[in-house]
Amino acid sequence: MKTKLPWLIPLAFLLWFLGSARMPVDKEFSLNRFGSLPVVFNGRHQPLDSIARNALLALRGKQTANLEPWKGDFERPRIVSATEWLLTVMANPEVTDQWPVFRVDHPELISLLGLPDKDREKRSDGKHFAWSQVASDRNFQLMQTNSAVAEEKKAEVRTPFDQALLRLNSAMTLYFRLKNTIQPQDAKDWAAELATLDQLIPPGIAAARASEAGRPYDTNALEALLRPVGRMQVMSRLEPPLVIPPQDPVRQPENWTRTGEALMSHIRGEPLPAAVIDYAAMVSAFRQGRGADFNQAVERYHDRLKGVLPREILKTSREHFFNHLAPFYKAMVIYVAAFLLAVCYWFNFAEWARRSAFGLIGLGFLIHTLGLLFRMWLEGRPPVTNLYSSAIFIGWGSVGLGMLLERFWRNSIGLVVASAIGFITLVIAHNLSLKEDTLQMMEAVLDTNFWLATHVVIVTLGYASTFVAGFLAMVYIVRGFFTKSLDANTGRALARMIYGIVCFATLFSFVGTVLGGIWADQSWGRFWGWDPKENGALIIVLWNALILHARWGALVKDRGLVCLAIAGNIVTAWSWFGVNMLGIGLHSYGWMSGAFKWLALFVISQLILIAIGFLPATTWRSTVPKAAAR
Amino acid sequence: MLKPIIKLLTSLRLTVTLLALGVAVVFFGTLAQTSDGLYVAQSRYFRSWFSTWSPHTVPWIVLPLPGGYLLGTLLLVNLISAHLQRFRFAWKKSGIFLTHLGIILLLLGQLFTDMFARESRMSFAEGEGRNYTEDFQKTELAVLTDASDRTYDSVVAIPESLLSARAETTHASLPFTIRVREYHENALVRARAPFVDTNRPPASTEGVGTRAVVEGRPPTREMDKRSMPALVAELVGPKGSLGTWLFSMVLDPQEVVVDGKTFRISLRDMRYYQPFSVRLLKTTHETYLGTTRAKNYQSRIRLEHPGGTGDREVDIYMNNPLRYSGLTFFQSQMGNELRDGSGRGTSVFQVVKNPSWIAPYVGCGLVAAGLVVQFLIHLVGFIRKKA
Repeated sequence: MKTKLPWLIPLAFLLWFLGSARMPVDKEFSLNRFGSLPVVFNGRHQPLDSIARNALLALRGKQTANLEPWKGDFERPRIVSATEWLLTVMANPEVTDQWPVFRVDHPELISLLGLPDKDREKRSDGKHFAWSQVASDRNFQLMQTNSAVAEEKKAEVRTPFDQALLRLNSAMTLYFRLKNTIQPQDAKDWAAELATLDQLIPPGIAAARASEAGRPYDTNALEALLRPVGRMQVMSRLEPPLVIPPQDPVRQPENWTRTGEALMSHIRGEPLPAAVIDYAAMVSAFRQGRGADFNQAVERYHDRLKGVLPREILKTSREHFFNHLAPFYKAMVIYVAAFLLAVCYWFNFAEWARRSAFGLIGLGFLIHTLGLLFRMWLEGRPPVTNLYSSAIFIGWGSVGLGMLLERFWRNSIGLVVASAIGFITLVIAHNLSLKEDTLQMMEAVLDTNFWLATHVVIVTLGYASTFVAGFLAMVYIVRGFFTKSLDANTGRALARMIYGIVCFATLFSFVGTVLGGIWADQSWGRFWGWDPKENGALIIVLWNALILHARWGALVKDRGLVCLAIAGNIVTAWSWFGVNMLGIGLHSYGWMSGAFKWLALFVISQLILIAIGFLPATTWRSTVPKAAAR
Repeated sequence: MLKPIIKLLTSLRLTVTLLALGVAVVFFGTLAQTSDGLYVAQSRYFRSWFSTWSPHTVPWIVLPLPGGYLLGTLLLVNLISAHLQRFRFAWKKSGIFLTHLGIILLLLGQLFTDMFARESRMSFAEGEGRNYTEDFQKTELAVLTDASDRTYDSVVAIPESLLSARAETTHASLPFTIRVREYHENALVRARAPFVDTNRPPASTEGVGTRAVVEGRPPTREMDKRSMPALVAELVGPKGSLGTWLFSMVLDPQEVVVDGKTFRISLRDMRYYQPFSVRLLKTTHETYLGTTRAKNYQSRIRLEHPGGTGDREVDIYMNNPLRYSGLTFFQSQMGNELRDGSGRGTSVFQVVKNPSWIAPYVGCGLVAAGLVVQFLIHLVGFIRKKA
């Protein structure tokens, strides 16, 4: 049995991954098809499903909507998929206004808005609230005035309360936009209303002309037209997603519009785009529970688009699949399992555990790579385009390096480091994905594939290898100080691994940093500008050089090397996240204060490990450091 | 006596210490940017021999630090002397030699850049041409000697260093002497208000200064703003004083008439004149669909020469600068002309002159090659041993 486990365990995870890759089967309404329809939001083509997921992330930090959050996980609360939630918001907002999808954590904000406490009877978990609660007449005013005040402040001086307030405010704005994407939010039967609109236009326009010319006119006809016009103006002013495709996709492929704008042009005499009618048919059918009609309308619209916008349809259906596949999440789960098995090996030296862990990490790495390639294919760009993808890529590089180390040493250390960094970076990536659309378009200055592919990729590999060296060093301290498992051979092997990886790190971080300088010189005419991110990268280079020289000069032995390498973790974390928190310079594209706490905790933990590294050898449980730390 | 010094200068201990100090200087220099601004922090920490750092909120804590120049020099000395003293060439160490040679080149290149590179800007609206760039960090007092000639400007410019030293300036083409009476590095110039300023004399006896007051301010530290210098100078002609005049960046040029000749004087950004001019033809500012996020900034310009020969049109956009006549023009800002209400597109180019731009390319190539060679030597040895 034990000889088969290294095959069986990864195989089980592989089956789980393949099984989950299949799209869920639609019941009454073809939500899958609807979710893959292309629209334009945030400056890019994306499927409705992506809008739905990103919106739910912004509202409640999850990609699904839990409609009964007061219930425990095992009480089967009603959970709705992102696409179904979005469709209901767009078709039947009276219903979704009652769904508790706005997460509010800050107690002051909860009490300011008079939101209910946790109470099962009142169907409240004290954290998730409905639009009808957060946007009641009284609260709407409160939110407006308070967030205006918070908005005035500079980002650095905003309190947690301000941040919670602004977060809720932008979530509310987003929800308000989504409600007005396809129909005015108060529409009861949009398809029917739309059908009568054409009868209102000629008499209404005639009345308006007459009124302008000072002639007698039909007040009723004018008012009958002005009412829908007002609603449409509100719709377009809110800047909801652009759902109406270009009328002339060949000559003006970028001409996407909003429903409100299309309707306004129609009233001014232009033909009504077919998409407006199709979407109206969808929302009315969905609202009235007519599944067959809904599905027919979706198919009709989809087929029409396929003829004129085949590329967009293909791209958005791929992205829809990618959203569903969630490869990075699955890789994360696999890394956790692998980590446990790899650590297990240190205690019982069971070869099956080590080999199972190796197989699992291999599988995780495969899925990780698959996700990375899929993303590159979707974006048409090199792997690292923003902070989110840098986390994914650092993880990927570290796992690769860890597996390489394991191939040489076969002592499970490479596996522990690989799975630990893989898991942590993917968690970081997940948290970054809560902040914004991870496939967002790039700022003009960064829009160059050549430098993204060279400078960014190499410097990110420099980060990854510095982290690998640092984590190897952590293994040394943790095993040496807390357990008896660090024998002389392992200790020496670890020190050699660290040294080798630091060599790699020096090369990558130096070349990457310098390529950044060359990019700057090519595009701005100056090689080095002491920009915070540049300085961060320079610090990593200097630190790695310092480690190498200290080693060559025999100024440090194994333990000193280990402590320096752990400090490398701090240096790298500073460069990766710390400088972004300064909020200055060309690279300050990710201001985040929530992450500051985690950065501080990480730095403190590393300082503690370094301090342990300096403790006398007699306090260590393993005996090796005495010899090694001469 | 000499031996211990040589031993110290060539030691790896010194290298490690210098690298550690380098990390500290770069770190604190970065932190200081949040409060001092990029430019001030750069000159204080990196373009200096010594500096100190204090936390923003606790100014009595003072951390002494070496400056960038000191560290760079010591590293150079350490590196070169170590090679002279200790290193014997061997193929096994060829990578290290290459790497260190590259580092030397990088350090020297950065030093030369600091000494000779010059950054300035060129800003204009569509249709306008410029034959000079402006240095936003420096000021000059410019006297247009023949205001009646519309086609050619002949200017006497007095640099900031002479102005702030309150020097007296004479020039062959000026019939008057300029004596600086008051100089403010940063100043607020405002209209003299009734009641409030009754007890305060006007800033000057002539020109617009008779209706204004000037108040000194500490130099600004914000990154995207600049200090606004102001000065009061007395002009002394052959027949005696022409009175005192107020000059400031915020004021329009003022005219002084001497012997029937009109001179136009203003305090302005220092200008570097070029033997050619650049005319902005068209600006393009694209955003991503349905957003205000910038997708591309692009300026179409024409290079114009006095004779008209060699004129050509060029597009300058993000990541695609124009290199011409030892200068690099890159797209920096874009906007619309609001002053004359035309709404024409405006464009600002950052213009850099850096004669030593090639040094980092070569230096980096050497270091990268050296590191690769050295690590390959190690790696091959290691794999052989393992196998």
